[in-house]
Amino acid sequence: MSTAILNETAQHEVHGEAHHEHHHQETFLTKYIFSQDHKMIAKQFLVTGIIWAFIGGLFSVVFRLQLADPNATYPFLEDFLGHWAKGGKLQPEFYYALVTMHGTILVFFVLTAGLSGTFANFLIPLQIGARDMASPLLNMLSYWFFFLASIIMLSSLFVQTGPASGGWTIYPPLSALGEASQGSKIGMDLWLVSMAMFIVSSLLGGLNYITTILNMRTKGMSMTRMPLTIWALFFTAVLGVLSFPVLLSGAILLLFDRNLGTSFYLSDIVVAGKIMPNEGGSAILFQHLFWFLGHPEVYIILLPAMGMSSEILSVNSRKPIFGYMAMVGSLFAITILAFLVWAHHMFVTGLNPFLGSVFVLLTLLIAVPSAIKVFNWLTTLWRGNIRFTPAMMFAIGFVSLFISGGLTGIFLGNSALDIHLHDTYFVIAHFHIVMGVASFFGLFAGVYHWYPKMFGRYLNNTLSYIHFWITIVGAYLIFWPMHYEGLAGMPRRYYDFSNWESFKNFGGLNQFISIIAMLVFAAQILFIINFFYSIWKGRKVTTLNPWNANTLEWTTPIRPGHGNWPGDIPEVHRWPYDYAKDGKDFIPQDVPVGDDESKH
Amino acid sequence: MEKEVIKPKNKIHPHKFTLWVGIGSIVMMFAGLTSAYIVKRNQSGWVSYDLPIAFYYSTIVIILSSLTVHLAEKAFKVREMSKYRKLIALTLFLGLIFTVTQFFGFKEFWKMGMTLQANVSFSFLYVIVGLHALHIIGGVIAMIVMSLKAFSSKSRSYSIVPVQLISTYWHFVDILWIYLLIFLIMIK
Repeated sequence: MSTAILNETAQHEVHGEAHHEHHHQETFLTKYIFSQDHKMIAKQFLVTGIIWAFIGGLFSVVFRLQLADPNATYPFLEDFLGHWAKGGKLQPEFYYALVTMHGTILVFFVLTAGLSGTFANFLIPLQIGARDMASPLLNMLSYWFFFLASIIMLSSLFVQTGPASGGWTIYPPLSALGEASQGSKIGMDLWLVSMAMFIVSSLLGGLNYITTILNMRTKGMSMTRMPLTIWALFFTAVLGVLSFPVLLSGAILLLFDRNLGTSFYLSDIVVAGKIMPNEGGSAILFQHLFWFLGHPEVYIILLPAMGMSSEILSVNSRKPIFGYMAMVGSLFAITILAFLVWAHHMFVTGLNPFLGSVFVLLTLLIAVPSAIKVFNWLTTLWRGNIRFTPAMMFAIGFVSLFISGGLTGIFLGNSALDIHLHDTYFVIAHFHIVMGVASFFGLFAGVYHWYPKMFGRYLNNTLSYIHFWITIVGAYLIFWPMHYEGLAGMPRRYYDFSNWESFKNFGGLNQFISIIAMLVFAAQILFIINFFYSIWKGRKVTTLNPWNANTLEWTTPIRPGHGNWPGDIPEVHRWPYDYAKDGKDFIPQDVPVGDDESKH
Repeated sequence: MEKEVIKPKNKIHPHKFTLWVGIGSIVMMFAGLTSAYIVKRNQSGWVSYDLPIAFYYSTIVIILSSLTVHLAEKAFKVREMSKYRKLIALTLFLGLIFTVTQFFGFKEFWKMGMTLQANVSFSFLYVIVGLHALHIIGGVIAMIVMSLKAFSSKSRSYSIVPVQLISTYWHFVDILWIYLLIFLIMIK
């Protein structure tokens, strides 16, 4: 017992700062704006993420208008967009700007910062039993760098030549030469500076998440007793900390090429009849640096959704998660493989076919841990006492989308098939389902599940179910037909398909997709209304543990203050998945193990 | 109950651990740059070059500074504060000297016609060495703060953690420089 006490004093020393702050009087500024409380920072990330998601989603609605009928004019567009929609018709340059910004915003600002920024901040200290992050100051800075990045990116929408428009992957030479297009001028510089700030933000966040998980767990919380959410957020942070710096180096070289006349990525280029002076660079080099981040980024987006869905599926099936160690192992395997598959985005760049086949093999290997996860989710659900809460619906929806989208990954991971499918709508369909919409479902599941902990109130259930059904049906209706378009060879990023005899046939289908996209966007507005309305007017939470869950966050007061637990931090005696055990529905982690208790 | 006895595992201070993860992150950035360098090196149009002499001087300076920061940490541990003050100030001074010699190295390089735009190989040198120098400047700024604290009569700092942090970081940028130097000599 003496060692236990010793440990507690060590803990107190570590948490000394947090305790100290707890007693300070909080003003509006320190509580809501420059807060160092991980829960408030999580909410800041979430609300900023929601604003970005609205903007990014709106962009997709606008460019879907163009794709629905390339020859139609919408006079109201000119009122909003001015010369970008002259005569009510979206200009090609602005169409490209919209798809570029849609990708950038959704991938980085919403599904990276909005997803892991929110839930890593919110859940890590609460679920491992810590008073705050290892460094609350770095944590606050992480949000403010994100905010700065947001402001810079937002301002790029208002410069005269428009925002970056070379696609979210910003391949040079298009992105490296201001002469190349309108969007390659100042908009591109702002994009790069904003992303540099964004990278700093995610690094500061990631450092904190890793340190907190490894160093600040409460007594008894061994690594194998951590909820799967924490494992997933841990691997996400590892991926971010190791891959974002490589994108940073790529972006720095690009900034040099753009502004200081170097030629890292440029060689033998003629723009509008003018021969550029740049010699000796290689555009492919950028793709290597970009995709070395770009592929792990996919898992940075996906892993938190996986972790949260695992937790939510178990809680609402009233059953232990099936194959806990296999779940952790598969997360680990995905993390390792994430770094070894980047060139599968580059099969058509003239890559050595032998190298290509190595990347095919490594890519297809990802199917193994993915299949383990799917199998375990389904077996967790199997014969469970399922409660169809909105969070549960979204978690099941996540599994569904992950399967549908994952299967097409097997097509694309094959270099021979990829020659045909590369840069077609098949790719769009694949990554939107498996990474975009699936991760959004994880995000929604998380928000619906932890909303009572975040705000002390419930979301409106009816609105939540409407939101779910429109979104899941809509997502499939939007992206399923795109597979066929892609197989028929319809290329992505085209402004107008009406000039091609072979793609004209898809006019009706494109119209259908656009209408559904608008409907789904409307459903998201419903969610946003529900979200903000319920913060102030939602039904109040009256019990500490509304979902009867085992994890530690539900042992805090309904509205926990800075420091999370008013008294001592609870001790942990068991793993978080003791559901339906020894005749009991659930046994929280802080309940000591009884003498006659069976082992899990 | 005996199952629940947990040994005190929090041996490493969270801030130190954060620094180590951060170092991993910086390593990845330079790994990205140096692998890009290797890829380019094997393509046509690469020009080999010799490193400016000033870079070798700066290597001696930074190794010395690693030594002084190590001694400063040792002095702090046994609470010989006046010795610590002198050593931390000396390290700061050496850090500045390093930055200056690097600058002269660049100048020398530039004068020989190896400008930023002249060839990709030179561009790489400027970016890689320049980014390293930025990391040195970051360390120098931290060291200025440390020195101000050490010489201030108002603040009495008893925690060794900041000293250990700066020392670890400084050794890291030292080793990083030696790696870069050897890399640039070997692969040119």
